[in-house]
Order: sequence, then structure tokens, then C-alpha cells
Amino acid sequence: MSQWFMLTLVGKDQAGIVAQVTTALYEQGCNLGEASMLRIGGNFTMMLMIAFDGQSDALAERLQPLAEKLQLQLHFDPIEGELHHHQQSDVLLMVHGADRAGIVAQVTSKLADAGLNIVDLASDVGGNEDNPFYIMQIEGVATQGIERLEQALQELLQQQPDLKVTMKPIDTMVM
Amino acid sequence: MAILEILKYPDPRLKTISEPVTAFDETLQTFIADLDETMNASPGGVGIAAPQVGQFQRIVIVDVSSKKKIKHHGYMVLINPEITEWDGFEIAREGCMSVPDYTGNVIRATQIHLVAQNAEGETIEYDMEGYEARAVQHELDHLDGLLFIDRLVSRRRDLFQRKVYKKKDKK
Repeated sequence: MSQWFMLTLVGKDQAGIVAQVTTALYEQGCNLGEASMLRIGGNFTMMLMIAFDGQSDALAERLQPLAEKLQLQLHFDPIEGELHHHQQSDVLLMVHGADRAGIVAQVTSKLADAGLNIVDLASDVGGNEDNPFYIMQIEGVATQGIERLEQALQELLQQQPDLKVTMKPIDTMVM
Repeated sequence: MAILEILKYPDPRLKTISEPVTAFDETLQTFIADLDETMNASPGGVGIAAPQVGQFQRIVIVDVSSKKKIKHHGYMVLINPEITEWDGFEIAREGCMSVPDYTGNVIRATQIHLVAQNAEGETIEYDMEGYEARAVQHELDHLDGLLFIDRLVSRRRDLFQRKVYKKKDKK
């Protein structure tokens, strides 16, 4: 059975990164699992699950020239690759406010204490240089119930009145 | 009665367009009973379509009565169903017994008018909304060989804008 690896690549964004990286992996006999690829602050970031039969050192060595050509930082680590066991998020949170340090730490600490297990978090800085705003979308599992999170949010909004936070249950219809 | 095997994506048979039902006979009643039992064998399942068990006939069962605080019509066997009117739209998350371990956001009409036949072949009509209307649209898609993954919209960018409530407003 092949071993799973997590390949992380980060570098200045340019057209064609995904095609060149995944073609190289395919040609080396890799099979891709779940992946996240995203442009963040002008950088392109890739996290890929890769199943590979051969020696990991050999694969990393073969990828190195391509990473150098594309000016990507490369990390390559063996992982326990878990497929087919997705956690179903049952709550969605939107947070925004004038940008300042500490928003993510304050919001997620409060929610973690109330049992939120984050499955997906995407955040962005919008606005302009003079008036940046911070906006964050979080999906997760309310391991202690949504009531607990609602309580935590009320407390959070009292402590951090500059933030707007909305929460909605994700009611997945199964048919 | 029997629990039938659910076809699972990427089984190509799920793309089959199902045929109208013409005989409302004993065979049909037996099949409906099996389909119902199969639906109930899946935890949280609120609907099932005949092609999900490899029977390519225009038959679905929808029952969202387990869901609290919504308008619904209870247990419905819908044969040769047609949606004749649509109104409004909403994004919400769906999953499917035929698409294990994956859920996604889908846009559906919020109000529909539905014409169908019941298990005895009598014409029935419903005005439906919200959750029940969504379930019916999902099931009817199966009859035309469509899965919710054929209708996905972005997970990250679609913000469930409708019906998002502010914490302070809710009590």
C-alpha cells in the first residue's frame, strides 16, 4: 500500500503553477488526494495529499528542480492520510470588523472554549490601506451544541463590540 | 419487505433518465414498501428516488416530518411528479445516500407547485416551500439522472445570505 504525504508549496503567484506541479507529480506516479490551493496575499499556496509507492527522498529530489524553477518553497512530509471520514460542519460563522490585531485569536479562543471544532476557516483583508477591514468565514462542528456557541458569542460581542458576528446552523439535508 | 441496495456515485446508472409509471398494480405497491423501508434504514434520510435503488421509474418518496418547525405535507409517495411553478431561490447544504461522505451547497427554488400521482394513480397537487420544496427538487433530479453534485455552487464564497440572523436579534 502506498504511503500518504503532505506536499506544501508556497511562492509568488504566476499562471500555470498548478498544471506544472500536478503534471510532474502525475509523471512520477503519484495519486493526489484532497487538496487546498489558494492565492493568499499575492502568494500561491498549495497543500496536497499525495499517495506514492516509492522512496519519499527520491520524489522530493525530483520535485526540487521544478520548485526552484517556479520559485516555490517546498515541504514534503509523511502523514496519516485519512479519507472518507469527513467531519460534517453544523455551524457557519461570519465575522467582520475594522482590521486590527487580535480578531482571530479572540474569536476562535472564545469559540474553542465553547466546543467549536473548526473544519474550514477563510479570512481576507478588504478595504484599502487607510481603512482595511477584516472578514472571516468559519465552518465547524459545535461539539457542545450550538446553544453553547450562542452564549459564547454574546460574551464575545460584549467584550469586542467592534466586531460583527453572525452565526447560522448548517442544516445538511440528506436524501 | 426488503432493504434495497443504494447505487452510489460514480455508478453510471445514476445518470439514467427514468420512465413514467403506467401500471398502478401490486408490483408497484410492493416496490414502494421496499423503497420506504430503504429510506428509513438511512439515518436522517428525508427522501428517496426509485433510480437510487436501480429501479428506473418516476417514483419518489419524500417525508420531512421529522424536521421541526417547518411547513410540510408529511409522508408523500409521488409518482410521475412534475414541478409546474417555481419561485424564489435559496442556497443550502445537501447530502445524498448515493454520494457518501460529501456535502455541498445547492441553489433551489423556495416555493414550488407540484403535480403528481399517488400510489393509487390519483392526481395530487401540492404547494410547497422551503425544506420540503428542496427535498422534492433533489429527488426529482434523480429521475432525470442528475445528482446534487451536478448543481454545486461554491462552498467558500456563498454565504447563506438569506435567513442569516444576527445574534442579538434572536431570543
